Amino acid sequence: MSLADERIEELDRRALAVREHIVRMSTDGGCFIGASLSCADLLVYLYAEYLDIDGPEDPDRDLLFLSKGHDVPALYGTFVEIGWMEADRLAKHLHPDDHIYWHPNRSVPGIEFHSGSLGHLLSVAVGAAMDAKLRGETRKVVVITGDGELDEGTNWEALLVASAHGLDNLVVVVDRNAFQANMRTEELIPLEPLEDKFSAFGATAIRTDGHDFAALDDAFSQLPLGTEGPSVVIAETVRGKGLPSIAERADRWFVNFTHDEVEALLRELHGGGEADLTSETLVVR
Amino acid sequence: MEAYEQLLHDLMVEDDRIVVMTAENRAALRNLPDVAPDRFIDVGIAEQTMIGAAAGLALRGRIPVVHALATFLTLRAFEFVRTDVGIGKLPVKIVGAVPGFLSDGNGPTHQAVEDIALMWGIPDMGIFTPADETEMLEGLPEVIASEHPFYIRFIGSPGRVAHTEPFEMGVAETLREGDDVAIVSYGFCVALAVEAADRLAEDGISVRVLNLRTIAPLDREALLAACDLPLVVTVEDHFVHNGIASILAGILMEEQKTAAVLPIGLPTWFEPGTLDRVLEHAGFTPDQLAGRIRERLEAN
Repeated sequence: MSLADERIEELDRRALAVREHIVRMSTDGGCFIGASLSCADLLVYLYAEYLDIDGPEDPDRDLLFLSKGHDVPALYGTFVEIGWMEADRLAKHLHPDDHIYWHPNRSVPGIEFHSGSLGHLLSVAVGAAMDAKLRGETRKVVVITGDGELDEGTNWEALLVASAHGLDNLVVVVDRNAFQANMRTEELIPLEPLEDKFSAFGATAIRTDGHDFAALDDAFSQLPLGTEGPSVVIAETVRGKGLPSIAERADRWFVNFTHDEVEALLRELHGGGEADLTSETLVVR
Repeated sequence: MEAYEQLLHDLMVEDDRIVVMTAENRAALRNLPDVAPDRFIDVGIAEQTMIGAAAGLALRGRIPVVHALATFLTLRAFEFVRTDVGIGKLPVKIVGAVPGFLSDGNGPTHQAVEDIALMWGIPDMGIFTPADETEMLEGLPEVIASEHPFYIRFIGSPGRVAHTEPFEMGVAETLREGDDVAIVSYGFCVALAVEAADRLAEDGISVRVLNLRTIAPLDREALLAACDLPLVVTVEDHFVHNGIASILAGILMEEQKTAAVLPIGLPTWFEPGTLDRVLEHAGFTPDQLAGRIRERLEAN
């Protein structure tokens, strides 16, 4: 059954609110704004429609691992919008007396595991999926990776293991925004044809529009859960989605914006024209 | 070009064995691909493969200078560093970005606070820990020319310390003379140690400050001389275990000497945040360091 139009409108509103949270975190130290904006819709969709979770403490919950940890502002924004986190807590970003920083950690309810070093959580998700199999559970294990992150060889080792062990409860979601830190993936270490690579490693791969809730719902409903090996959704996204002044700009990867720039970006999110930005990207992250 | 990449480029022009590599960390190498495209190699986010390839290049006579975050080079690629570069005795130069406190808001995954321990554990591995960019640029030509593999704790800010001596491999720089306390430090923390020493001097406490500059080769003589003072304080943005405090303990054991040592380092991963907040939270501001040393002196 496809998503009703009213439901899609509601998810659009929620995703816009998540993007507002992301933009507000891009000052006073900054954040990885581009990568966070690219996976905002994915996270909103997964928590609203796909994952079977009754709150962060639900013992029977599906598990989501965020392997591309630098987009954690999108996850925190999603948590706020589904009522798992107080919005005020985001103001503690980069204060050492709380745990809200550039990468996720388990001090925040809802975060299943810490990440930041790329190419780790697909392996961790394989272990969690193996445990679910051992226990005879129907629990799904979802892991979100970046596309640049697929350069790391550990991802491909983990896929070989997942296929060998028939982990049909494992779903890999690739935030395919076509960028890594400094440039387009295809200009540095080309990944395409990506479906063929995943298929060759024994996974069923489906490509879809990562910003279209109906398309996402269609793709996730087609995954062969419980029947074959691991599944992969290649979600085509735009780095910086929602903000034309940031979208697909290698020089706006990680920025510590001024408060005025943040206000201008919030207006831009609501269709107010492109923000005039002068803060430069920091590239040492 | 920025000073660091300009120096690399100058060295590349002089010596065609030098190749510059990165695992998609171009922070200090923005312009190098344009001016030296043939000998600039970006392998993507694949640190292990980069170190393996660097070993292969070195095996064939090249001097690879490789770049990524310090954690990913020293931890993720550790076995490639130890087995391919270390056992192979290959002159690969490993430049680790944002070591120690400089990873500020990233969190434990990005905190290189065990890098010295790991690199110290590889025989023949040099360890260059400049206190600022000025010293890094001064020492780098000799480090790159060395036949040894080297780990370089990268630091991008110039002029953090008023240097008193020209760079010399394996010789600690005495930044302040004194005979009540010796502070031994390296890298980013040296500037904090100097400021702490100046606070203590205001109280009439005479503090010697040693900037190690290279941990391998190590200036054992300067360290042993410091141990003759009433108190030696080690200050490092590294785990307090297996850093310079532990290295000093090993030397004292070998020499069958004792000394009063206050080891200041990290008991575990530090709480991330903006750099100023991180230092305050970890107790590493100059005032906090001076306070800890004063407290210890009073207890002696």
